[in-house]
Amino acid sequence: MSKKINKSELVDAEIIIGIQKGSKDSLNSLYNSFYPMVLQFVLANNGDEDEAKDIFQESVIVLYNKVKSGGFELNSKLKTFIYSVCRRLWLKRLNQKSRNSASELRDFEEFQAVEYDLEFHQQKDAQFLQMEKALMHLGEPCRTIIEDYYIKNQSMQEITEKFGYTNADNAKTQKYKCLQRLKKLFFQP
Amino acid sequence: MESEIELIEYIESYLNDELSTEDKIAFEKLRAENPVIDLKVVEHQILLNQVTEYGTRVKLKADLNEAYELLDVTSIKAGLFPPLHRMRLIINKFKFNTAIAASVAIITVFATLLSTGYFNKNSTNNYKALRRDINNIKRSQNQLIKGINDLPEKGPVNPGQFGGTGFALTSNGYIVTNYHVVKDADSVYVQNVNGESFKVKQIYVDPAYDIAVLQITDPGFKELGSLPYTFKKSGSDLGEDVYTIGFPRDDQVFNRGYLSSLTGYGGDTLTYQVDISVNPGNSGGPLLNNKGNVIGIINAKQMQIEGAAFAIKSNFILQSVDAIPQDSLENKLVLNKKNTMSGLSRTDQYKKIKDYIFMVKVY
Repeated sequence: MSKKINKSELVDAEIIIGIQKGSKDSLNSLYNSFYPMVLQFVLANNGDEDEAKDIFQESVIVLYNKVKSGGFELNSKLKTFIYSVCRRLWLKRLNQKSRNSASELRDFEEFQAVEYDLEFHQQKDAQFLQMEKALMHLGEPCRTIIEDYYIKNQSMQEITEKFGYTNADNAKTQKYKCLQRLKKLFFQP
Repeated sequence: MESEIELIEYIESYLNDELSTEDKIAFEKLRAENPVIDLKVVEHQILLNQVTEYGTRVKLKADLNEAYELLDVTSIKAGLFPPLHRMRLIINKFKFNTAIAASVAIITVFATLLSTGYFNKNSTNNYKALRRDINNIKRSQNQLIKGINDLPEKGPVNPGQFGGTGFALTSNGYIVTNYHVVKDADSVYVQNVNGESFKVKQIYVDPAYDIAVLQITDPGFKELGSLPYTFKKSGSDLGEDVYTIGFPRDDQVFNRGYLSSLTGYGGDTLTYQVDISVNPGNSGGPLLNNKGNVIGIINAKQMQIEGAAFAIKSNFILQSVDAIPQDSLENKLVLNKKNTMSGLSRTDQYKKIKDYIFMVKVY
């Protein structure tokens, strides 16, 4: 008799390792385990499905940043961490919408203080937005060249062919100019 | 380092750890000596980090969206919520406001009712005695009972709460009037045309026919002479001339009319319809024909229709009298059978009859 073990829910530690490696399974597992809880929380507190989706995504990004920066110690349940972050994010959003001025939040789980993590997240978020803005202002073909080379890790040769430069040196010069402009846009917006 | 391009490329190689050990040491030495180059290295490093982070985050978002697509959100939602959840939240949220609104509404309603006199039971229009509930007919009749409490006071005697008319059944002090006149009374007095009051007690009431029989118990009461009128047993004819005497005010008032229908309100066979002008206070007055026979008792009129008053048929007075157990009475109740008014003129008839018609005062 063999018992088939389903590739179902991973335990907290496995999920965190998975996130460090960027595995899709661990993301699916995060959704399956924790999304219902967050959805319930948001719907019960004047939110809708789309907002629940946004909040949850943001909380995963917070978790990701924390894991990547090496600061994540599993001293609480992953569930509590996600719930606390979502709760905090939702509170902030409600204040912005000022829909929830008087009444209390309806809670379903216990939660912990996550202010420090969110501060860190906000910094990262600001940098991300700044980079996004810089790349947007950079224009084509610079943006694609930068993205292909530095993010998708394509070789200079591939880029030369893709954009039809006569030789790799021209492409290099072009890339250099783009990089200088990006630097300027990013550091002195 | 010939050009900026080569310098940047060199820095990049350095950051990516692609230089040989000697070159690396040499470059680090150069960096330590030349702050301009050092700044360039730092700048480049930050920029590259930011670009990579941006890339990973974009990819993470895409992955998250992909993972979200795999979810069956509808079934998750169905599993989570009892359907009235949202509703209950809204109720909870506005509970306080609702309570305030409700209290304001209640206070307003009662204040309005109070200020418009809804609770003032003395209003004659609210006197419901004559609604013939047994027939389940809803009547829009105006009770011909008179509220005399707003008349100016006469002497030390407390004016009655309600007033009506009654007339003698016999010479020894039995009086008939409407049930609705004496309904709910604490005490009842009758007052004759000369202004003398006598205490009476109710000896028989018939709410269905709206008839009440009273007996004068006052020791000061002297027997009346024999009655000039009789009570007609058979029905009367349409078009017959009739008149009534009553107390819509503190003095007797004569009114004349004719019998306009053999049935009353809504086809009620207990009553006649009479075209006669009567007012609150005429209730209980006798309806007499030309010969001076009592053919009915005035009891109501219809508000929306001109000249539609109603009178209970005399036949039912006789039935009520028969229903009184004679053994329980102190004095015998024998109805007069001899009419002494036929052939007299109206004015002479009135002179004979006026002493037998009383104002009924109810306290």
